[in-house]
Amino acid sequence: MFKLEPRPQASAFWSIASPLLALAITVVLGVALFAALGKDPVRGLQMFFWEPVKSTYAFGELMVKATPLLLIALGLAVCFRSNVWNIGAEGQFVIGAICAGGVALTATKDSSQWIVLGILLAGIAGGMAWAGLTAFLRDKFNANEILVSLMLVYVAVQLLVFLVFGPWKDPAGFNFPQTKTFERITQVPRLMQGSRASIGLLVALAGAAALWVFLFRTRAGFAQQVGGLAPAAARYAGFSSRKALWVALLVSGGAAGLAGALEVAGPIGQLTPYVPAGYGFAAIIVAFVGRLHPVGMVFSAILMSMFYIGGEYAQSRMGMPKSITGVFQGLLLFSLLACDTLMAYRIRLVAAGALKKGAA
Amino acid sequence: MESYALLLAATLNAGTVLAIASLGLLVNEKAGIVNLGAEGIMLCAAIAGFAAVVHTGSDLAGFLAGAGAGALLAAVFGVLVIWLNTNQYATGLALSLFGAGFSAFAGVNYVQAKLPERPVFSIPVLGDLPLVGPALFRQHPLVYLTIAFTLALVWFLYRSRAGLVLRSVGESPESAHALGYPVRRIRLGAVLGGGALCGLAGAYLSVIYTPLWVEGMVAGKGWIALALTTFATWRPARVLLGAYLFGGVTMLQFHLQAAGVEVASEFLTMLPYLATIVVLALMSRNPTWIRVNMPASLGKPFYPGS
Repeated sequence: MFKLEPRPQASAFWSIASPLLALAITVVLGVALFAALGKDPVRGLQMFFWEPVKSTYAFGELMVKATPLLLIALGLAVCFRSNVWNIGAEGQFVIGAICAGGVALTATKDSSQWIVLGILLAGIAGGMAWAGLTAFLRDKFNANEILVSLMLVYVAVQLLVFLVFGPWKDPAGFNFPQTKTFERITQVPRLMQGSRASIGLLVALAGAAALWVFLFRTRAGFAQQVGGLAPAAARYAGFSSRKALWVALLVSGGAAGLAGALEVAGPIGQLTPYVPAGYGFAAIIVAFVGRLHPVGMVFSAILMSMFYIGGEYAQSRMGMPKSITGVFQGLLLFSLLACDTLMAYRIRLVAAGALKKGAA
Repeated sequence: MESYALLLAATLNAGTVLAIASLGLLVNEKAGIVNLGAEGIMLCAAIAGFAAVVHTGSDLAGFLAGAGAGALLAAVFGVLVIWLNTNQYATGLALSLFGAGFSAFAGVNYVQAKLPERPVFSIPVLGDLPLVGPALFRQHPLVYLTIAFTLALVWFLYRSRAGLVLRSVGESPESAHALGYPVRRIRLGAVLGGGALCGLAGAYLSVIYTPLWVEGMVAGKGWIALALTTFATWRPARVLLGAYLFGGVTMLQFHLQAAGVEVASEFLTMLPYLATIVVLALMSRNPTWIRVNMPASLGKPFYPGS
């Protein structure tokens, strides 16, 4: 048997080693899963960890998926650091996409390039408004933000489905539930030829830098986090927990909305019922695996993107269900949470008898 | 009139799914543990139960498989939060994310699968009554068992010694520990029981209620079940009533559609989710009221000797 002994301070070593160990555990479980299903595990690993980086094009695709994951996770980190449990980023992403799509649909061949800015701002505003609903209900009605933000995901998705089946359906689209393809001018500029990665990637990286400054170099960022670490201390210092709640939700809603806008005005190019791809949920894992740290989340966003792309390859080349991505994502978060115990505690092995006497 | 009788019948049926899951979560929460993994448990149990019925042809095997899968997943959750002191919210969330992925993965070959012919139930004599018969007395036995179980749970929690111990673990684990109760084992027991009930609810969903397997078919019912415990201020009988209320809201959309109401179906589909938000906001409005009723150690880890 074992016993946990609280460390006086969280272990710096395990704070970095734990995500790596969690990844190793996930890989081992993944290899076992491939083997159990009679697939070549080495080839499986190749799909996830080599194929996505082996060419410039593949790497670009990796970045295309890492961009929304990173953006959303950055916002969620602000939430989780302030002990605000926004798990409805998927809904904020969808509303951002809807608002951005609404602006993009107004574009004509003669629109100015600046419409892209309008599209992105609409996405941010939409995401903020949707998350603001959760903040409002928490603030004024004390309603649990976990459940409210999650319920709003279903509402947002139904709203999207309504629009693409109803008023926004492309009249020339053979009755498919989708809007017309947006004008070319609405496309977020790409970084370079031969890759679909857009300046959204730069926006996300700039966001990571901005978050670092906010969290670790500003008083407002400090005040924001104290409420999460020590509510009593925050009250004593006069930091407003209501303000922290609103800031956390508006920032994360805006980030998720921006991610949604970048998706529809980028790789997708129209609104369809397939806009919600689960980035809002996967970003929760990105945030935790990245230790809620801006730099860590850059790496974990790329890792999670590998899971997505690897899942697609495993489907097309090895006949595995694509949903294997979700299995690995869940396993990674599970392993991480277990490994994180090592950060806060020392594990002491004790004889069964001694344990009985000491702790039972 | 006939259509109202059918609406009532459908409401009881839909409410039963929510009630079973929510009563399970109530047992968890009475012991001080919040399991946000309910949605994932229900999804995995739905496919486990469905697959079991496809292969064995026995509904009972399906229910057992669902409950077993639920208990198994809850065991992983329980060991993590109770023995490794992981954050309950994050761990539950992990379970929900994993469950969504794993159920889709495991269920890929069952999407088109057919169940044997679904049995039809009717209580002799009562089931043949006009209107009341189809409304109340032609349900699956689990619908009635759920009502009986609710009563049993009321007795267990508030009239039995074991129930008192369970509640004391949820109210003040330190005191329960000081009195010599094995707090962590009791919590694990509650988590396993709650997981098995969530699993049973998932299996009922895919085997009786729907009855088929579709990816993501639980569609937020696990989360609504979580909201129901707050809505019911942690009382079993109110959980049951709340579950029927939400079952009614879910069924109302089909009824309104059939009645030819001119509202896009998507807005009707939103109803249960919007209702959850509204009800949650109204019930939580008074923080003192919630604090008084909520198990005091809910969501807080307990580690003896730390």
